[in-house]
Amino acid sequence: MSRDEIFTNVREVLEEALGADEDDITLDASLTADLEAESIDFLDIVFRLEKTFSTADRPFKISQGELFPENLMDNPDWVQDGKFTDAGMAMLRERMPHVEFGDFDNDREVTKVAELITVKSLVDFVERKLGKPAEASS
Amino acid sequence: MRWMWIDNILEYERGERLVAIKNVSLAEEHLHDHFPAEGDLHAQPIMPTSLIIEGMAQSAGILVGAYNDFREKVLLAKVIKAEVTEDVSHGETIRYSATIARMNPQGASTRGEVAVLRHAGPNAGEWKAIGQVDLMFSHLDNNLQGLEFPEENFVFSENFRTLLESAGLGHLAETAVTT
Repeated sequence: MSRDEIFTNVREVLEEALGADEDDITLDASLTADLEAESIDFLDIVFRLEKTFSTADRPFKISQGELFPENLMDNPDWVQDGKFTDAGMAMLRERMPHVEFGDFDNDREVTKVAELITVKSLVDFVERKLGKPAEASS
Repeated sequence: MRWMWIDNILEYERGERLVAIKNVSLAEEHLHDHFPAEGDLHAQPIMPTSLIIEGMAQSAGILVGAYNDFREKVLLAKVIKAEVTEDVSHGETIRYSATIARMNPQGASTRGEVAVLRHAGPNAGEWKAIGQVDLMFSHLDNNLQGLEFPEENFVFSENFRTLLESAGLGHLAETAVTT
């Protein structure tokens, strides 16, 4: 599947899950800041991505925390005083290769990390995942 | 008034499907307010669509909760789609047919068909599909925000246990955690 096809499918997913207008779903649109996604919408998006990109011979299964790390506040090695530590930033970069962090290194506020997820993040996530060999367990 | 918007469960298939019914009665206060007579207009007692959505949420919520033996606190998180094309009034029966579309540790999405059985009129005695209510449920203890909630399962209370037992699903009620 080409990157353009992935983008078209991701855009349809976001139109349905968020009720967003097609014109607003640009690659650099933030899901939370621009498209007004709330936390439960991420689960809706995960379900729809799984359904959209699954094929009969290859299920597209997104594990818990794969798209967006969870319970970040629980680990003091990652978060102190509401901001990511150096270890926390390293963890984010490792677990979220589909996200461009830009100037976030200067900000590091936990409450703002969701804003980093853009439409492009989802397209990158799907493209990377489709490019990997199928998981034996799925 | 007990916040129960289904009267009985007719079919249950674990992790797949649950069918429940609701008999609409003039004894229900809300019908007299929705809508009362006004001026030259006669009263029009109509089951509010918001309560039809709640009935589907309870039907689908039991289906989702029973899959994990009611260990999870299952809460309605999002109405994906709600469309009801005909009014339902007193003396009529609503049927909620809920199926699980997807489920993971964080929650579930469900699809639901709403049908009505009228006991008089042109199509008396026949179920007629009148709408679709698709929902998203969150497993509260696995919510994305990492919030903490009370230990006891305040979602599936004694009312639900009674409903399950009367529907011949007592084996599910045994595992339900009640407040």
